[in-house]
Amino acid sequence: MKGNYSVVIFYSTSAAIRAESLAKKDELIVKLIPVPRNLSSDCGICLRFNNEDKPKIEKILQDGKVEYENIYGI
Amino acid sequence: MIYLDNAATSYPKPKEVGRAMLHFLEKVGASPGRSGHRLSIEAGRLLYQTRESLAELLNVIDPLRIIFTLNVTEALNLALKGLLRPGDQVVTSSMEHNSVMRPLRKLEKRGVEIKVVPCSSQGVLDPVDIEKSIKKNTKLIVLIHGSNVIGSILPITVFGEIARKYDILFLVDTAQTAGCYPLDIKKDNIDLLAFTGHKALFGPPGTGGLVIGERVDIKKLNPLKVGGTGSQSESEEQPDFLPDIYESGTPNTVGLSGLNEGVRFILKEGVDKIRQHELELTQKLIEGLKEIPGVIVYGEDQVKNRVAVISFNIKDQLPSEVGLRLDEEYNIMSRVGLHCAPAAHKTIGTFPIGTIRFSMSWFNTFEEVDQTILAVRNISRRV
Repeated sequence: MKGNYSVVIFYSTSAAIRAESLAKKDELIVKLIPVPRNLSSDCGICLRFNNEDKPKIEKILQDGKVEYENIYGI
Repeated sequence: MIYLDNAATSYPKPKEVGRAMLHFLEKVGASPGRSGHRLSIEAGRLLYQTRESLAELLNVIDPLRIIFTLNVTEALNLALKGLLRPGDQVVTSSMEHNSVMRPLRKLEKRGVEIKVVPCSSQGVLDPVDIEKSIKKNTKLIVLIHGSNVIGSILPITVFGEIARKYDILFLVDTAQTAGCYPLDIKKDNIDLLAFTGHKALFGPPGTGGLVIGERVDIKKLNPLKVGGTGSQSESEEQPDFLPDIYESGTPNTVGLSGLNEGVRFILKEGVDKIRQHELELTQKLIEGLKEIPGVIVYGEDQVKNRVAVISFNIKDQLPSEVGLRLDEEYNIMSRVGLHCAPAAHKTIGTFPIGTIRFSMSWFNTFEEVDQTILAVRNISRRV
């Protein structure tokens, strides 16, 4: 059973922080959190967002050319 | 005390710079990009904010294309050694600082062809001469934007256009211009912009960087150093994405926090306002010095083609002696000698004796200029 949140997993912390900055500029509610244990990423942090914002988050990542590994529901 | 050595390192800095550095040491402390805890994330945010501030100042769309280095020298070494291969040709000018000339001479021994295009004794570089030097194997044009010796400014936009016309890259050394002269990586047709934090950007020493434009293929720009990045730790190979590919080892977070505030200060005041103040100071100082019998001021009269860097000599007096008297008797900090730019001094005809250099910043005043002119006048009379 999935919750209300998803996370974006990145290759680097810099990309995660850039995504956070861009999302906050669009007034989305996001949070940088440690990568959940069941997911693997070397970059220790990921960006958590509300599931309903997924299209907006994807657009931000695309428009800002932010490289990311994947998006997972948590 | 009158500090006129801002072309070496700016002093004083805006108050916020030191405060931000202390804040980092006392309240943040941690390594960015290494751990998932709150302090590490905060350190990462501070680094990113510094990139964002610089991106705003230089019109860079993606802040992650700004790579941090120790200073402009390291940034230039990264660009030159990373791009140029044996058999390539590189075109440059006779006004360059040793931060460009020495890496180039080193590369020359490994088979890179160097073409040094002469400038006039006023530091003027003819775009036609640059264009004529371009050959089939030319890979790069590298130019100093503002001369650290005579303050002359090169019209980089024109040279950038030439680079685009021949599909080669354009690297600009902005050590003397970033922060005090309008710069726009897009409008100025720059592919690689090397900057230093500790001069007109008002950061502390140990900060600088390279902006990597969209035309640069990072697969063809080798890193200067490789190592731990906090990313892809499962691999013993260097990551291939920005900024990690060029940023190994724990960065200078303390210094970069300070640099962020230096750049924020410039954005708040406005580059145009800073430029205008420096122009007025430069005009006044040049006019005052030129009125003194026996004083030779180098470079163009037109201050609009200058940054606030002025080189001069007093007839029959050695620069080192003048510099010492300025310091000891008048409390004026200048720089004398060759300013790490033997090629530039050969161009203006002051090699090997050099010159006395005054370089100003936003924080200098008209009163200081008046006192400086008076001091030089007295020294010229051997009073």
